Amino acid sequence: MNLQLTEDGRLRHLLTLDGLPRAILTQILDTAESFMDVGEREVKKVPLLRGKSIFNLFFEPSTRTRTTFEIAAKRLSADVVNLNIATSSQTKGEAILDTVDNLAAMHADMFIVRHAQSGAAHFIARHVAPHISVVNAGDGRHAHPTQGLLDMFTIRRFKGEFHNLTVAIVGDVLHSRVARSQIHALTTLGVPEVRVIGPKTLLPTGVEQMGVKVFHDMEAGLAGCDVVIMLRLQNERMKGALLPSAQEYFKFFGLTLEKLALAKPDAIVMHPGPMNRGVEIDSEVADGPQSVILPQVTYGIAVRMAVMALLAGGTTA
Amino acid sequence: MHASLPDVDPLIARLAVAIAPTLTPDTVIVGIHTGGVWVAERLHAILHCPLPLGMLDISFYRDDFSRIGLHPQVKPSNLPFDLEGRDILLVDDVLHTGRTVRAAMNELFDYGRPASIRLAVLVDRGGHELPIRPDFAGLTLSVPDHQNINLSRLDDGHLTLTLA
Repeated sequence: MNLQLTEDGRLRHLLTLDGLPRAILTQILDTAESFMDVGEREVKKVPLLRGKSIFNLFFEPSTRTRTTFEIAAKRLSADVVNLNIATSSQTKGEAILDTVDNLAAMHADMFIVRHAQSGAAHFIARHVAPHISVVNAGDGRHAHPTQGLLDMFTIRRFKGEFHNLTVAIVGDVLHSRVARSQIHALTTLGVPEVRVIGPKTLLPTGVEQMGVKVFHDMEAGLAGCDVVIMLRLQNERMKGALLPSAQEYFKFFGLTLEKLALAKPDAIVMHPGPMNRGVEIDSEVADGPQSVILPQVTYGIAVRMAVMALLAGGTTA
Repeated sequence: MHASLPDVDPLIARLAVAIAPTLTPDTVIVGIHTGGVWVAERLHAILHCPLPLGMLDISFYRDDFSRIGLHPQVKPSNLPFDLEGRDILLVDDVLHTGRTVRAAMNELFDYGRPASIRLAVLVDRGGHELPIRPDFAGLTLSVPDHQNINLSRLDDGHLTLTLA
């Protein structure tokens, strides 16, 4: 049974983009499109989630994701409570469910969960009462579905279609939940060529089985790309010496204007943030005309509004 | 009953005649998706309204959202003018319970504070559940609750009313 969908095929939780049908992805993107103008109004709010309580459960620090979830919930008129919870390492499982039970007793309607451990959001989703929805805001190396969706929204806004694109994901794919969500979404939405580019030590073994082409040098990998997605070098997740140095990484895999020139002239550059300038991306590229990194942040609000609205609607039938 | 539903064009013409003397330089016409926009487009043309036509999708303001969820095809609202101080002519195809009009007014006020709002509908079918009445109605009927009046648009743009 798919934990994410109701029996009649509607979104119940958003935990991963793996296995979500194209129709649901498209529905989320279309709904986000209709939320885009709410940010331009005099009153930047619609009353859809009035009276609902949304809890941001962040077991791991985050600025952008937590803030845009909070803004999105507030634009939908929900009440938002932010909880930044430091975790103890051993009894995580029990501690999480205790926290969740307590918040459910405060009449929570939705949990937005970020956790360093893969599967945390699934774990909570299996536990909660039927009227409560869970959104995964990043779990370990596993998934970050709303980031994947906002990246798809950005690509669609700038490129219009998916079926004629070549998309490269560059860098630390091994530690990246964002990359995994992007790959699932890109292949589901019909992108014919998805590439991953990185040193062997930062690409997961068997990544080809996700339907991507693997490159170990930028020159070949970037040639002819419509979209270049840079990943953050996840120093804090790096265990052991996977790389000689940040300087050497920049030399081979950092995106500079010279390397970007290998992609199509109208290629867009994306980055999920936060950026390590001078490590995976040069400032000239990050702040340059092909960069859509700041629009990604803005679109994140509309996409998260869409996800929350689709989850919260029609639940009291 | 079915056979007695009149042609739409004369109804719109009648509406336009009633509305014309009430127009001000600040009048803007706003149609509610989808049928209301069709009627509003016609009125906008007949009345030679100088300001652009507004369109409202009230999906985000429906009071049955928590029961039935989001409408599958939400179209963005488009109000290409400042609402502040305007006289709004709100247009819908069929007035039934009044809940759509209530939602539309709530949405309008999130864009600004209009000077006035008046309501024009092609058909007032009765069955009101709120204290909302049209200022202009092309046709006033008393349709039983189990029946529905629908406005549809053919490929050639022709509008027709059906009762089912």
